[in-house]
Amino acid sequence: MTHVEPGFWTTLADVGAAVFLLLGAFLTFSAGVGVLRFSHLLARMHAVTKPQVLGLILLLIGVALRLRSWTAVTLLGLVVVFQLLTSPVAAHMVGRAGFRTGKVAPEDLEVDDLSPDRPPSPPERLPREE
Amino acid sequence: MIVVVVVATALVAAAAVLALVRLERGPSMLDRTVAFDVLTTTIVGAVAVEAAWSRRTESIPILVVLSLVGFIGSVTIARFAAREPEEERRIRTREEVEAADAAREAAREAARAAGRPVPPIVSAEPENDDEERS
Amino acid sequence: MAPDSRPGLRGRARRVAAQWPTVLLLGVLWMLLWGDIALGTFLAGVLLGLVVVAVLPLPSVGVRGAVRPWPLAVLVWRFVADLVLASFQVAWTALRPGPQPRGGVVAVPLRPAPDVLFVMTAELSSLVPGSLVVESDSAAAVLYLHVLDLAGSGGPDGVRRQTRALEERVLRAFGSAQALETAGLGPRGAAS
Repeated sequence: MTHVEPGFWTTLADVGAAVFLLLGAFLTFSAGVGVLRFSHLLARMHAVTKPQVLGLILLLIGVALRLRSWTAVTLLGLVVVFQLLTSPVAAHMVGRAGFRTGKVAPEDLEVDDLSPDRPPSPPERLPREE
Repeated sequence: MIVVVVVATALVAAAAVLALVRLERGPSMLDRTVAFDVLTTTIVGAVAVEAAWSRRTESIPILVVLSLVGFIGSVTIARFAAREPEEERRIRTREEVEAADAAREAAREAARAAGRPVPPIVSAEPENDDEERS
Repeated sequence: MAPDSRPGLRGRARRVAAQWPTVLLLGVLWMLLWGDIALGTFLAGVLLGLVVVAVLPLPSVGVRGAVRPWPLAVLVWRFVADLVLASFQVAWTALRPGPQPRGGVVAVPLRPAPDVLFVMTAELSSLVPGSLVVESDSAAAVLYLHVLDLAGSGGPDGVRRQTRALEERVLRAFGSAQALETAGLGPRGAAS
């Protein structure tokens, strides 16, 4: 094994942490943009399930690389597992509630296989925002 | 490292502001729930960036708690917002689940015996389906 | 919860005994939360787990299946790769200028499978192939997915193909031999 500087691995971990932190922050930012910019509820939820979850995971990997302690890593791993388990469930609950109460306007959908099978109960439909 | 931390903080803070704008605009309660979820995550992200900067572990338990709060909030609101049929609201007992499974299986068997298309498969793309099952 | 499924003291004790893996899991979780690998912490967690299982009953889902290491590795690897890909796609969709793509809700018929595997497919499919579960019908094994960019995902048929491929990976990783048989996947790689 070749000799490396004692500080080599810590520097490497710090650089890795920096990359992960930046990527994670970027994805979190794009989730924020998506949730504001997408035109209707279901599209906004895509921003919450995918870039946000991965963004958080990357941020936490960055933290783990900086902290370098096993206690912290197990806790951070728990956060990741909770996120992966809960985020789809929350998105499904919100999406289903939105569809059932008719908050998804038919003109937002290119294809709609669901409405013929299970029509949404027509409630007070809120004006759609541009 | 300081540059990285500043950039990351700025991005996370910008995401929080965008989520706040959506939180204010709505239009529906569910849109606000979604925005609130993003806001919670940005708080988690901000705490994480701080922990990475200071290299202190005290704030890690906060992350664990916050990551669950967002979920509970979303599910609670979604549950109240959707007026679910009474039948679906209930947790089925084991016997009911087994009865439903048996009924489903019986329906499939009957359909297969009669040569009709098997019910669970929606008629969207039957050819493709047959191909994959053979 | 329906009033008739509220068990007596004896039924409660029996149910707690039947769900001992949950209690052990909660004990381990408690230990991880404290960040402290010690017998005392574990016992405290098991005690709390007993209380949780006794006070807040959940229906037993009946996990009968197998874990196959190699298909599981394939599933995990594809999941991570797809998650990264899907995340950056959505991020790009959010950030790029111009009009947004048209989405849609697509019905995806799945293979008949145990509920646990159906739920697992549903969970994973709302994270990975650019889709989101809007409604699910476990009796008919149909998922209704919302897709953000329908044209980019290859149209409704493309979405169905991707989701069924994901489902196949889940079934191969966790399904019992019988479940694979019911799903028409055969004993070893007979289909696709």
